[in-house]
Amino acid sequence: MGHGIAATDGPSVTVGPMRGIISWGAYLPYRRLDKSQISAFIGQGGGRGTRAVASFDEDTTSMGVEAARLALRGAEVSGASAPEVVLFGTALPAYADKTNATAIHAALRLPAEVPAFDMGASVGSTAGALRLALSTVGNRLVVTSDMRTGLAGSADEANGGDAAAAFVIGEGDGVVAEYIGGATITEEFIDRWRSPGDIRSKVWDDKFSELTYVAAGRQAYKNALEAAGLSADQVDLVAVAAPTARIGSALASKVGAAKVVDDLTATIGCTGAAQPGLVLCNALENAEPGQTIALVALADGANVMILRTTPAIAKYTPARSIASQLESGAPLAYGRFLSWRGMINVEPPRRPEPARPSGTAAARTTDWKFGFVGSRDSQTGDVFLPPMRVSSDGQRTDQMEDAPMADVQGTIATFTVDRMAYSPSPPIIFAVVDFDGGGRLPIELTDTDLEEVAIGGRVEMTFRRLFTADGIHNYFWKGKLIRG
Amino acid sequence: MASHGIRDQVAIVGMGCTNFVENWGASLDDMMIDASNEAYASAGVNKDDVDAYWFGTAQSAMSGIALARALQLQNKPVTRVENYCATGSEALRQASYALAAGAYDLCMVVGAEKVKDTGFQGLNANPIPNDGTARTLTAAAMFSMIVPAYGNKYGVDEDTMRAALSHIAVKNHYNGARNSRAQFRKEITVETVEKAPKMAGTLGLFDCAGVADGSAAAIVCRAEDAHKYTDKPIYVKALSFIAGNGGGLTDPNYDYTTFPEIAACAVDAYAQAGVTNAREQVAMAEVHDCFTPTELLLMEDLQFSARGTAWRDVLDGVFDLDGELPVNPDGGLKSFGHPTGASGLRMMFEAFLQLRGEVPEERKIHSLAEGRKLALTHNLGGYPGEMVSFISLLGAELD
Repeated sequence: MGHGIAATDGPSVTVGPMRGIISWGAYLPYRRLDKSQISAFIGQGGGRGTRAVASFDEDTTSMGVEAARLALRGAEVSGASAPEVVLFGTALPAYADKTNATAIHAALRLPAEVPAFDMGASVGSTAGALRLALSTVGNRLVVTSDMRTGLAGSADEANGGDAAAAFVIGEGDGVVAEYIGGATITEEFIDRWRSPGDIRSKVWDDKFSELTYVAAGRQAYKNALEAAGLSADQVDLVAVAAPTARIGSALASKVGAAKVVDDLTATIGCTGAAQPGLVLCNALENAEPGQTIALVALADGANVMILRTTPAIAKYTPARSIASQLESGAPLAYGRFLSWRGMINVEPPRRPEPARPSGTAAARTTDWKFGFVGSRDSQTGDVFLPPMRVSSDGQRTDQMEDAPMADVQGTIATFTVDRMAYSPSPPIIFAVVDFDGGGRLPIELTDTDLEEVAIGGRVEMTFRRLFTADGIHNYFWKGKLIRG
Repeated sequence: MASHGIRDQVAIVGMGCTNFVENWGASLDDMMIDASNEAYASAGVNKDDVDAYWFGTAQSAMSGIALARALQLQNKPVTRVENYCATGSEALRQASYALAAGAYDLCMVVGAEKVKDTGFQGLNANPIPNDGTARTLTAAAMFSMIVPAYGNKYGVDEDTMRAALSHIAVKNHYNGARNSRAQFRKEITVETVEKAPKMAGTLGLFDCAGVADGSAAAIVCRAEDAHKYTDKPIYVKALSFIAGNGGGLTDPNYDYTTFPEIAACAVDAYAQAGVTNAREQVAMAEVHDCFTPTELLLMEDLQFSARGTAWRDVLDGVFDLDGELPVNPDGGLKSFGHPTGASGLRMMFEAFLQLRGEVPEERKIHSLAEGRKLALTHNLGGYPGEMVSFISLLGAELD
């Protein structure tokens, strides 16, 4: 068995050093849509429960960055080495033609020698990325992210969700869940489809999809158990990522695992390409050492990956747990959801829309724009945001060192709300933030309601898409209140 | 480091100023022609008498050609000047230095801005290609951050802060109601100010300056030649300019209760003019009231009020038209709007009229009659933490 992906991964993948998941990070956007709002507003659709909604300033790339930051924080604690390859999967890439993983790579400040690849614009791409990473060698960063939407009042709109999940996968003592086998069943059939650029997917027939997926899932599950040398009753936790909650539960009830992991569809929604990663994170957050986890990802067939948790998982604390993010979400009005998704146009302030960012100017400041790296005067310690070459007294040039600030928290010195400035979702809440250990930046706050903001409030940084002009996504950082 | 100034070396001998309005029917050229012709007439000179021109516009035109073409100048040097909202003032500063250096004998300064052709609200800077990480806030939002900062620092409660800011708005509109060139010529009440829709932070519509088109012009010569043109020349006592380095935006010690560039500019200007006590020696001031809290802080940065006390002086009427030191007797940016390239010269136009005793009775200030001799004009451009500052001092008598 080589280092490629195969029909099944058997015990041969476990020959040599223990390989598996070293760290994980799940990112849930802050806003929740109460689905009962939908039919009240539009006269159809909706339902019970909530779904997660990416903010107007988020996309699959920016959410991927947030999930990857959480995963890397976990890996750093475990002392794992840096990722050697970045694999990014989403069904809604921010760019076509241009690679999206490179923006994630830049935001994480990975060395230029580390390759960053997109996996293709399908839900199934992320299970592929996970399986590829688990069954090869070397440290891999797998980033999965998706935003799901549909026409107003549709099932996809109500049942979809937005999220991202990332994993550092590699070898060594830091492995918290060892990969012990997997299998794939590939099916070409028309379940759901979307032409590139369309705002929604279409679906053929729910019952046809369910029957096809359950059959494919059961077969892949059986093959994976055989490859791993396990019987069905030896699986402690099964986590299923399916196109709908119904298909997921139909399969989960048939595989005979001790426990089915909450797939979060009632609170977050079906998160498409992020779903396999998200349910795996939820399984890991609820697992004890020595447990066997089966991940089933249903998309154009079925992928099953079986992992066994190690003693290291007892010491692992996720940088931000799913449970804490579920708790801290805040409601969003359905009308605003529709405007964020481009379903209704809201009158903007009568100010010029921003010009497209300059490609060449941005290329000169990648570390600042994507990595939020300022400069620190090596003599005085003064921090400059953005970075400067000349000291604040004007006397010295080029005596600066890098000041990476993305993970530094700060305090609000003063703030305001701007009801006139252009924003894709006005008004802009804006604060002057003093960073711990030096450095100040007046910067926009996001995921924030005005009444929460106060002088002295604590802020952390988050990677966002400020606006899009001429098709260029303007990525940069914003502040966000630290909650809980 | 020297800043000698050119006290009493240069005089303004003629000025013109258009009405400042949303001038849908007039182009930039129309307004420049009107302001210039008024200035030529005021000084009793014609186009050929003027040796060189300085043309201030922030973003309505580029190069000196725009003025040369509008006025059909015949082989004259024209320098286009831009320095944010101090553009018009800066143009006069440059012309004055050329005179003091002896390069020319008679110069003209024209400031103009056509703001209302954009179809947008407020003032909007032409975008310069950048990496997309710069702030995109409005000026109103940046200046609104002064209000809570000042209140917190000096223990002024919200209601009192509101009362002081409303007083500034009411005062400037009261003055503008007495000025035929102003955009807004209605007195307003405190209630109107406080009920207006909120624009940014706690600032409402009437805390913000208007937006208008306009042009103003001045003819300047060396002081010894001034009486060739007029019996009532106005002498330049000080011209000071500081371009901030943006440090306030990133310096955690900056607290949004002062404009350090302006405080430093004031020290320089008073030194040039020999002013030792601004509160007692300045007869009137035209200041950059882009927003009401801006004017409040300026009273302290210009040394008219001690730190933390301007709100009280404002409420006591010190800066009212009939007060001890009238501020913005022409109505200020609040009543005139702010055609960037013209505003600085519009301020000097009011100083010119007041010092020459040429304002209508209802806008006359007492301080000149009571023996004070200096008029101050002040522009700022930019934001708290990152701004340019200009201050001039003018007087009708040589020292």
